[in-house]
Amino acid sequence: MATIDITPDQAGEVLKKITSKAGLIIPALFVVVGVISSYYTVPADSEAVILRFGKYERTTTSGLHFKLPFGLEQKYILPVKRQLKMEFGFSTSGSTNVYQASAGEQEQEQSMITGDKNAALVEWVVQYRIDDPEKYLFRVKDPEFTLRDASESVMREVVGDRTVDEVITIGRQSIEVDALRKMDELVRLYGLGLQITSVQLKNVNPPRPVQSSFNEVNQAQQERARMINVAKGEYNKSVPKTKGMADQQVSRAEGDAKQRVNEASGDAERFLALYKEYAKAPAITRQRLYLERISEVLPRLKSKIIMDEKATAPVPLLDLNNALKK
Amino acid sequence: MKKFLSAFIALGILVVLLFVSGAIYTVREDQQILLTQFGKPIGDPITEAGLHFKIPFIQKVNMMEKRVLSWDGASSQMPTRDKLYIQVDTFARWEISEPLVYFQKLRDERSAQSRLDDVLGSETRNAVANHDLIEIIRTTKDRQPQQPEEIGEILGSESGLEPITKGRSLIEKSVYDEAKVKLESYGINLLDLRFKRVNYTRQVEPEIFGRMISERQQIAERFRSEGAGEAARILGDMEREVKTIESEAYQKVQSVLGKSDAEATRIYAEAYGGSPDQEKFYKFVKTLEAYDKILDQNTTVILSTESDLFRLLKGDSGQ
Repeated sequence: MATIDITPDQAGEVLKKITSKAGLIIPALFVVVGVISSYYTVPADSEAVILRFGKYERTTTSGLHFKLPFGLEQKYILPVKRQLKMEFGFSTSGSTNVYQASAGEQEQEQSMITGDKNAALVEWVVQYRIDDPEKYLFRVKDPEFTLRDASESVMREVVGDRTVDEVITIGRQSIEVDALRKMDELVRLYGLGLQITSVQLKNVNPPRPVQSSFNEVNQAQQERARMINVAKGEYNKSVPKTKGMADQQVSRAEGDAKQRVNEASGDAERFLALYKEYAKAPAITRQRLYLERISEVLPRLKSKIIMDEKATAPVPLLDLNNALKK
Repeated sequence: MKKFLSAFIALGILVVLLFVSGAIYTVREDQQILLTQFGKPIGDPITEAGLHFKIPFIQKVNMMEKRVLSWDGASSQMPTRDKLYIQVDTFARWEISEPLVYFQKLRDERSAQSRLDDVLGSETRNAVANHDLIEIIRTTKDRQPQQPEEIGEILGSESGLEPITKGRSLIEKSVYDEAKVKLESYGINLLDLRFKRVNYTRQVEPEIFGRMISERQQIAERFRSEGAGEAARILGDMEREVKTIESEAYQKVQSVLGKSDAEATRIYAEAYGGSPDQEKFYKFVKTLEAYDKILDQNTTVILSTESDLFRLLKGDSGQ
């Protein structure tokens, strides 16, 4: 290292130079810091609360604004127009809300006792926004933690007034409505400077060991519908068909009846017509009819035996069996 | 000499600055201040936000919260009056109402929280031990549950909400009233106390779940039985319908056929039996027709020469 000889005179001169320049540098620094700390910008979704010596001074909206420099006035920028969200009993991965409960805590959060002393697991989401920045900052310490406590308390109050079936099935809407009303009331009472905009139920389930028995009820309901449908199917398969077949039988009988009467009438008419002519010459007609018929019938027969009344001898010899076989 | 003077001036400015900075302090909106002099509180607490003065070096600023603070109770097991073990988690909100008393008795927030633990913890325990579980769960006395139609019907009145005499809010209120008085002497104003969580303990859960499961199974059985019953009813209806339809048809058929038989019989009787001659003629004609039908090629007839037809074979002796 090279040594530099400095005489007291030289040192005095350097010091003088520095002090003469310090007179310039210090005020310049002062001005720069003053300018930088005297303006601020507020994003479109936010408002800024300004404190002067720690005392509330004013609230400003979005845009470029000025304040007293050097920390005489302090600014707090709050996203008043942003919709904020808290999840209870579960958490969406990548959720940005830092007040979200840990996984172990979530299990505690979701389990509740219903009004009929049963248990249920309830998950819900609360949406809120900062609606009074001054209250939000200065009325309550950690408004978000208080909101979490209030939300859990209210949800259990609402669920505690309902049966497990209401909670799990038809009561969801009314739970949301009641919880929203009560939470907003409580948050206003506490002066958190927050406004609850919505409460939504997510998964609502019976406790895990009980879930299968709840499913069994649903299955039984389906099974009941199925059994009834099958029976209705049987009914529909058989009754209309039977009706048609019955109609068929009746129609057929009516046809038969008609046929029978008509045939009888026909036979009768034919007979009467014949008789009318027969009556004019009975003897000869009888003879004619007899002979006509006989001469029609006899040729058909293969064996005809004509015997004299007195000649009974051949009868015992007649091979009737053979004759019949032919 | 000149150097000494400038050094002296510089020192003087430093002292003044230190003095001024020791004399001025700010109070924020969320703070309240108690000044102490050698550890002894001086004057009223300062709650007004803004710029304030004090004697430098001698007086000390003690900062306290002006905002509402929260107390989050540890979750702990306790029995109800009906001997059910539950896990109870409460929370409360409080503020420092008398900073002087608070400062003297508790000094800081940590000891305040532990005092709150003691008071609220034991009051909660007392209240829970004096009430049945249902009183801690329910709030609205006369609420009628809106059960899903069928399940409500099956479970009947026992499924509804047990009647209560006090309810959650009143029990919270009683804990609050008791604790508030006790905490006032610490300069603490208790604003609110609520049950955050009330859950069955792990030991009780199996029993509760067992009951829930049996309740559901009962409902499921009912649904199945209803299904079987309704199906049987429908099948019964079907059989009745089918038998009715078939028998009605049979009746109609027989009646129609009977009438037509009767009609035919009448017609035949009128035609064939109109007079003895007609009757005779009918017999004759029918007999001839019968020959036609009865006699086929396998029939053997033995005819006598005495018969009308073959009499002539023996010679026409002429009548």
